[in-house]
Amino acid sequence: MDKLEIKNLNRNFKFGKQKVLKNINVSFLSNKIYGLFGENGAGKSTLMSIIADYNFPTSGEVLLDGENVHDNDNALSKIYYMNQNNMYPKNEKVAKTFKFVQSMYEGYDVNLQNKLVKEFQLNTKSRFNKLSTGYKSIMKIIIALCVPCEFIMLDEPTLGLDARNRDIFYRELIESYTDHPRTFVISTHIIEEIDKLVSDVVMINNGKIILNDSADNIRSKAYSINGPADLVDEYVHGLDIIGKESLGQYETGHIMGRLPEKEIPSGVEVNKMELQKLIVNLMDRSEGD
Amino acid sequence: MQFDFQSPEPIFLQVSNQIEDAIFTGAFKEGTQIPSTTEISKTFQINPATVLKGMNLLVNNNLLEKQRGRGTFVTYGAQQRVINERREHFYHDYILNLINESKKLHLSKDDILELIKRGYDNG
Repeated sequence: MDKLEIKNLNRNFKFGKQKVLKNINVSFLSNKIYGLFGENGAGKSTLMSIIADYNFPTSGEVLLDGENVHDNDNALSKIYYMNQNNMYPKNEKVAKTFKFVQSMYEGYDVNLQNKLVKEFQLNTKSRFNKLSTGYKSIMKIIIALCVPCEFIMLDEPTLGLDARNRDIFYRELIESYTDHPRTFVISTHIIEEIDKLVSDVVMINNGKIILNDSADNIRSKAYSINGPADLVDEYVHGLDIIGKESLGQYETGHIMGRLPEKEIPSGVEVNKMELQKLIVNLMDRSEGD
Repeated sequence: MQFDFQSPEPIFLQVSNQIEDAIFTGAFKEGTQIPSTTEISKTFQINPATVLKGMNLLVNNNLLEKQRGRGTFVTYGAQQRVINERREHFYHDYILNLINESKKLHLSKDDILELIKRGYDNG
């Protein structure tokens, strides 16, 4: 695939009373790793499920290399959606589900699957519904990394995973990605764990896309300005202020965009803003709209 | 290696600086293979494209070379090239600034040389 394009996408629930996605326009390019961020209920899962054709838009379309994905077996065979709902039989043993998925996808990587099972220490004799939340995620992660799809969406892949297993997941994701570059869209709330991993960021709030840029670009234009409140206020005056925190007379102003040409007053410190902080600030700001 | 994500430097530059530093200190010796993009990427959980961008910078500066199917190696003479480059930076960042500053304080060339001598004797 070259490009997955979402055009003028809207999704309403309850006979149009609730607009879950509002005029979404976004493109996902080949071989990039996207972070899809947003609060609970922002519309991330709805968007991903529409891309995978599990759910339908009220209007608009999803195009894979120019072809509408709806009811399009060829296009959909290239898209994989790992989601929080289980798509596999609950009472089935893990090993049997693996066999089933293997039979569905020509080119499914059984060797990688076996390696991952060992590394995560997943008991494949267990039935799915007897697995812990973390191991349910692990089974789904393993399938998502082994299917031969070019567009893979991971919705909260680290749900319930302990620190060790999250670390294994990130390492294996990178290894699998470098072996077979493909597009990943990862939705998670643990932003600080993947902020160096993603090449691009898409952020949804209240059904609208409020940020869509490369991680490098975002990093180069988000700053936190610390210092005495009056000096900080003066320095950030006229800039795009996306948040403020104060502790007595000490203040931090979070800004987006270029820093002004003027000299930084002494006592004022300018730092890069972490992606996590930026996203929280943007969410808070949109709340106020 | 250590990465500071609050630093104003882009991550790919930090990657190249860290590798350059390892060549400078001799941790990555000339003629030896350095960790692969994937290894660095996995260890620090950095996007592989970012790591590659940082490495390519050093390939262009002739400090690293890619050998097809084998990996990336430190070139011969790399350590000396880093030292030369850093000496040049030292001249620009320290010596020229030192001279500028000393002019403001009305210190002559001999005065500075005397101060440098004093610094050496006390150090």
